[in-house]
Amino acid sequence: MKALDGIKVVEFAAFAAGPAVGKHLADHGATVVHVESRARPDGFRTHYPPYKDNIHGLDRSGLFALCNNDKLDITLNLKKMPEATELAKKIAAWSDVVIENFSPGTMGRLGLDYESLKKVKPDLIMLSSSNLGQTGPHAHHAGFGSQLSSLAGFTHLTGYPDGPPQILYGPYIDYIAVAYGAVAILAALDYRRRTGKGNYIDIAQYETGLQYLAPILLDYQLNGTVADRNGNRDPHAAPHGAYRCKGTDDWCAISVHSDTEWRALCRVMGDPEWSADQNFSSFEARKQNEDDLDRRIGEWTRAFTPREVMEKLQSAGVKAGVVNTMKDVYTDPQLAQRPQWVELEHPEIGKMHYQRPPFLLDKTPPGPSKRAPLLAEHNAYFYRELLGLSGQEYERLVREQVIY
Amino acid sequence: MSSNDREAGLLSPYRVLDLTDELGFLCGKILGDLGADVIKVERPGGDSARRLGPFYRNQPDPERSLYWFGFNDNKRGITLNLQSARGRELFLQLAAKADFIIETFSPGYLDGLDIGYAALRRINPRVVLTSITPFGQRGPYSRFEASDIEMMALSGCMSLTGDPGRPPLRVTFPQSYGWTGSYAAMGALIAHSYRQLTGEGQQVDVSAQACLLWAFSHAHTFWDLNRHVEKRAGSFMTGRSITGARMRVFWPCKDGYLNFIIYGGEAGRRTNQALVDWMDSRGAVPQFLKQKDWKTFDIAQVTQEEIDRMEEPIADFFAGVTKTEFFKEVVKRQMLGYPVASVKEIFEDPQHEARGFWQQIEHPELAMSIDYPGGFAKFSTGDCKIWRRAPLIGEHNEEIYCGEFGITKDELEKLKQDGII
Repeated sequence: MKALDGIKVVEFAAFAAGPAVGKHLADHGATVVHVESRARPDGFRTHYPPYKDNIHGLDRSGLFALCNNDKLDITLNLKKMPEATELAKKIAAWSDVVIENFSPGTMGRLGLDYESLKKVKPDLIMLSSSNLGQTGPHAHHAGFGSQLSSLAGFTHLTGYPDGPPQILYGPYIDYIAVAYGAVAILAALDYRRRTGKGNYIDIAQYETGLQYLAPILLDYQLNGTVADRNGNRDPHAAPHGAYRCKGTDDWCAISVHSDTEWRALCRVMGDPEWSADQNFSSFEARKQNEDDLDRRIGEWTRAFTPREVMEKLQSAGVKAGVVNTMKDVYTDPQLAQRPQWVELEHPEIGKMHYQRPPFLLDKTPPGPSKRAPLLAEHNAYFYRELLGLSGQEYERLVREQVIY
Repeated sequence: MSSNDREAGLLSPYRVLDLTDELGFLCGKILGDLGADVIKVERPGGDSARRLGPFYRNQPDPERSLYWFGFNDNKRGITLNLQSARGRELFLQLAAKADFIIETFSPGYLDGLDIGYAALRRINPRVVLTSITPFGQRGPYSRFEASDIEMMALSGCMSLTGDPGRPPLRVTFPQSYGWTGSYAAMGALIAHSYRQLTGEGQQVDVSAQACLLWAFSHAHTFWDLNRHVEKRAGSFMTGRSITGARMRVFWPCKDGYLNFIIYGGEAGRRTNQALVDWMDSRGAVPQFLKQKDWKTFDIAQVTQEEIDRMEEPIADFFAGVTKTEFFKEVVKRQMLGYPVASVKEIFEDPQHEARGFWQQIEHPELAMSIDYPGGFAKFSTGDCKIWRRAPLIGEHNEEIYCGEFGITKDELEKLKQDGII
């Protein structure tokens, strides 16, 4: 038995912020229906690389697959009002949870706002995830996570002290909102179980991002300090950085948080003469001479692979970690041991690594167990068998391109 | 305490014992934001993370850590020494009444003290024990130690950040703790769902390294599908054009930087047109850009030469614009793009005030109140907000040990002298 068996979820959602929430619920047994339309397929299917073998195709997107395993995929052309609206309401009435991440106001224009859906499903739980929230002067401004990560302060905090801000890969902040969105739905489901009451949840991805930055928001308010990017430096540790190792572009992160750790690092390096210098004898001294310190440590690491550096230091009680590449994450021994990935076969993509939850639950083993669905793959199954449309009704809606 | 307030939260019937360091702070805080009764259990003298800055008025002091304030609000606080037999006895009494326990000790530490999951399950089979570590309870790295930078490295995040040729970067303010705490809260609540159905608790084994895999979205799938390794590309976006053209993301402006990208797709074309209109209204658009037909513009085919030619006048234009002006115009013109905000601009953003995001919380010990970032979501039924500031060291010892567990004040005093509380 899975933790969310019997929970029915419908996504009027695209890209990451909505569907990745549904993915986590699907991994734990919820029946999740991803609603799209041939008139407007999920943007990850249409314009967001990578596509298998660099050949574009609606069923060839890696990112769509990553966010939609274990789901049913149906099409419904919401622009075909009022019939599509009625059908969408019928789907909402069937569900326990609706997830949407259109621009604020869109669900209302489609006649599918919470007030309308509540009439057909009084205890409905609905999550709206948007850039800036459903209310406020900027509510209607739509955008992508890759830029919202700048408005929310993250890119300002990333980069070398002498240079411009740096990109955080992809729609970074979206996946912060995903964790909070899933938490919000799980809490609302628990509340409904106890009280019978539904819920409308308004998540501003912006506000969820700021949760990660609370201390520096307080620091500005109380001390007037504007937190800034500072490479890999840390106020509480020295050395603290990524050091070049043997190889072309191979690195290992090392950090030293106490004098005990410093002495252990020196021992592993063979107690070189410079390490006894008073320039490095205390935390304060190491901080003052940090450029020099980084250079000397980099000279030592250059002779070893990142893995050798990590293993030598970890066995001496010094924190160190290989800078894994995007290839390494599939073979990293720790991730492989959990195991973090599940290989599933897809008719167009072939074998792909799908992502397991970052937490293990031994009593309720999670997915992924089914590959991502093809566009419209489950139309007949969902509309006929789960929603209970008659064959005639279904055929008519397909013919009239409502189910499209 | 404003217990009536807390009862308006969705998770108010539940009690959480929080035995975490910074790796797990946010997990308990999230449950607290939703109304759960969270008790932070610190070692006598206070948690070591109280030494983390920044500090109130820049005065290092365990009672003035803003790091502590920011991630331990919505918790009450008690002290307890788990190294002593009497301390463990008290812990098991607390655990018998808890719905959730969250901990960040090294794998095996609690088992070594006979208060691990096996012992907890015996006294409270319903309990959900969320164990948060850098790499998980088992496996080749389970004994490794790591702070933020090592977790950012081993998860792969750093390989995507920084200039080619310079060291890979982490984010200067630690991010791994946030990712881990929030995904751990998801895990705890999934185990809770199962417990509500079956009556059975379980241990939730959270790996920070695994949580961080979501922080870079799909970068790894380029390898999986096409044997291409995505790498750090500085402040440029790659992978959008088959010609290999890279697009500028960060543009110097009058008072900092702007995030703007020449995108394709429907929203991109609309944005490009809106920018040209805006530049035109200032007489700052060259003819070739003004005459560009955005409807046929194909980002996937664009060459570096074409991009460079377009970016030059845009760069000149942005150099004369302030962040505030840019933000106002992108909202008005429905363009994609945002200023690169610092905490200062975040504070000044009128959106937060309009949504009541900031919450004023009393700090009687400092004789002031402080504006906190508020709840992470708005619920139509049930509050998600800050109910109380973070606890002082042992602030609720008497309230909890004497009030709930029948320990007399004299006994409490004795336990303090013995270094147990």
